[in-house]
Amino acid sequence: MIFGRTNKIWQSSSWIIALALLAPVLVMLASSIGHSGDTFSHLWQTVLPTYISNTIWLTFGVVALSLLFGVPAALLVSQTNLYSAKVLRWALLLPLAMPGYLVAYLYTDLFDYAGPVQRLLRELFGWQSPSDYWFFDIRTLSGATVILALVLFPYVYMLGRTALEQQDKSLLRAGRTLGLTARQSLIKIALPLARPAIMVAASLVMMETIADFATVQYFAVNTLTTAIYDTWLGYSDMAAANALASVLLLFVLFAVVAEQKSRAGQRHQSVRPNTSNDKLVLTRMQQLLAVSFCWVLVVLGFVLPFVLLAIMAIDYAQIDQLAKLGEIGLATIEVSAYAATIAVVISLTLALLNRFYPVRINSLPLQISGFGYAVPGTVLAMALMASFGPLDHWLNDIAVAINIEKPGLILSGTTFAIIFAFVVRFAAIANGTVNSGIAKIPHSIDKAPASLGIGLLSTIRQVHLPLLKSSILVAWLLVFVEAMKELPAVLLLRPFNFETLSTFIYQLISDEQLEQGAIGAIFIVLFGLIPIVWLNKDNQSS
Amino acid sequence: MIKKIIGISALIATSFSTFASEVNVYSYRQAFLVEPLFNEFTKQTGVKVNVVFAKKGMAERLEREGEHSPADVLLTTDISRLIELQEKSLLQPVNSAVLEQAIPSQFQADDNTWFGLTTRVRNIYSAKRLGNVDINYEDLADVKYKGKICTRSGKHPYNVALVSSMIAEHGEAKTLEWLKGVKANLARKPQGNDRGQVQAIHQGLCDVSLGNSYYFGKMINNDKQKVWADGVNINFPNQANRGAHVNISGVGVAKYAPNKSSAIALIEFLASEQAQQMYAETNMEYPVRAGVKKSELVASWGEFKSDALPLETIAKHRKTALKLLDQAQFDL
Repeated sequence: MIFGRTNKIWQSSSWIIALALLAPVLVMLASSIGHSGDTFSHLWQTVLPTYISNTIWLTFGVVALSLLFGVPAALLVSQTNLYSAKVLRWALLLPLAMPGYLVAYLYTDLFDYAGPVQRLLRELFGWQSPSDYWFFDIRTLSGATVILALVLFPYVYMLGRTALEQQDKSLLRAGRTLGLTARQSLIKIALPLARPAIMVAASLVMMETIADFATVQYFAVNTLTTAIYDTWLGYSDMAAANALASVLLLFVLFAVVAEQKSRAGQRHQSVRPNTSNDKLVLTRMQQLLAVSFCWVLVVLGFVLPFVLLAIMAIDYAQIDQLAKLGEIGLATIEVSAYAATIAVVISLTLALLNRFYPVRINSLPLQISGFGYAVPGTVLAMALMASFGPLDHWLNDIAVAINIEKPGLILSGTTFAIIFAFVVRFAAIANGTVNSGIAKIPHSIDKAPASLGIGLLSTIRQVHLPLLKSSILVAWLLVFVEAMKELPAVLLLRPFNFETLSTFIYQLISDEQLEQGAIGAIFIVLFGLIPIVWLNKDNQSS
Repeated sequence: MIKKIIGISALIATSFSTFASEVNVYSYRQAFLVEPLFNEFTKQTGVKVNVVFAKKGMAERLEREGEHSPADVLLTTDISRLIELQEKSLLQPVNSAVLEQAIPSQFQADDNTWFGLTTRVRNIYSAKRLGNVDINYEDLADVKYKGKICTRSGKHPYNVALVSSMIAEHGEAKTLEWLKGVKANLARKPQGNDRGQVQAIHQGLCDVSLGNSYYFGKMINNDKQKVWADGVNINFPNQANRGAHVNISGVGVAKYAPNKSSAIALIEFLASEQAQQMYAETNMEYPVRAGVKKSELVASWGEFKSDALPLETIAKHRKTALKLLDQAQFDL
């Protein structure tokens, strides 16, 4: 312990924050213990086995594909003389700006039997009916897997690339002097060093996949999340629904443990970032393959859906919509920015506590505060209401007792609930990103200022925060973009007349009128792009 | 002292104005579908209508909010949701002579907690290439439609209500058999929404689909979707026997409505001739109020016989219907 006994105020506030974020999850667990009718056994005998196997295959497939897309992309961009790397560097992040449900809608529409692609083929070849030809069925488990991976791989790419770029190049050179080829030293030294960051990304992808409902719905794929909605809304069996949601938490536990394990034995830290230019030189053939690989990802994950949206927006442009959309856009940015800022501050508080006072009890807040990520948005919203509802009632009772005007539902009925939901849901992203940034700072640095008599807070402010700048930015950006795209929790928690761009588009999509919401969808994407571009600039100038 | 003055003047203000200046609506219907109606109401009364729209979890939200809930009016698209609200005691009875008179008694709760506003038929759409068909819901399980049927998820409330009506008519065992038969006849896994099925018929993927009546009108009025609708006929099933399955969209006043009088005023407006006419014209639904004309388009589909099954019975069989859908693995 570098700074002696744990700072009690810091420790207790960390625990309070972590428990507050965990509270909705605990409420959910608690209510799953209540009496559940025969719903569970009925589901088990009919559809649940299929739902579970779908969930496992989907999760496994999406994580595997995201790694397959993201890791090579990160390596190519950061470690080779890849042509157009300057553009690809940020272009590969663009799919993050696309809400999954939107991409799902656009692609199912495009490749469906009734969609333009198959229609064109039928016209070209004179086919009459589905039996005349074979075409892949987009609305399947594999279709959902590919599309989800296309929008989620940027996590792997982004965290992987950042880790690779911040590596100490002297290690790679050491490898070279020991007789490794450039490629061997990449695979044997650089990649293993980036493993913790990649594992963080993989666990984020995994949790995002598990919690997804809106996207897989377009693919007519039923997962555990479907079962949760069925039991809750169909059979009105909250206890069984919560029990199922708790099963999802097992997946999270698994992800958390896997991530921890991958970090064990990880002791390499450096503050000498990759400044040298000795990048792996690709042959012309390799160059061609690598460039196409990366650009195909950008095109499928971003350009194509964006162009489809743009065409719709031009065809159905309603100029009078713009003012309203601007207003909705600002509201969306506001709640998302609050959520991102709070999540980042929390992650710094928790992760630095664990850094300076590395005892077991101080590592727990960081871990337990991320559990909300795998809870589907609607379930989380319900749990929040169950937590805030009684608090609100209590506040109102007090108001009545001391004879002042009742405040109403100030916690559960306002944007407070929405921001809180965002933080609970996306804390894991901020924690993972910030913590893997902290892990890269050598411990020797922690002690140096202290030996000069500089206090802990000044050390953090003057040493750690500047070193963490890019991790903080990445964390903020990721939470911000995710919050902008979030749908189910906002839908249920929002106060009167409150719309985010997501809820606005969702209404139109669910009425088969995306055309009219296309401009709104483009707004989401553009607002998501601003931080991506901004972040990229910042990273390059530093 | 100042507090007292404010308090007293507030009291005076509320007792003098007939309505509060706002009314809060929790809506299962998309806001933009009902917005024109609300705007008209505001124009006439000066009462501002606040809306929050959500499909999932509205009843739970209301339940959690309890006596502090700001909700005045609940707007739903399906009888089962109304009954759910009624059974959870989230509604309060409304005694309104206006509503009694405007809305036929089979579209009102016995305890006056909910009121139907429009009805919609669960139609069977058939490809024009099939010519005129005389079809019953039961026929969807007939082998002659093997590989020719398209539908959205069986668990969508509209389909669940239809299955409930089948249970009421035929009992559980036969309904399960029917579901398995329909499942075997599907051209593809249940997916998309009602309009998507008509699009699939237009593209030749299937010949027959289930869909609510008003979608036909909406597709005809939509530039992109008109071609889909042009490829199909809208059929009213079971005309030679019990009649077509009908569901309602409806409304109720929240138990703890802070603006009760405005809430009732809004509902009375929605049941008025003017509003019912708007429902008919813009949403292509069947108005519940007698004497209100259907839209010209809807009227052109002709008169039909509807299933006289009480709405409460449909809601009663809902859970069984869901179970049967699971047993038949309808959506898998």
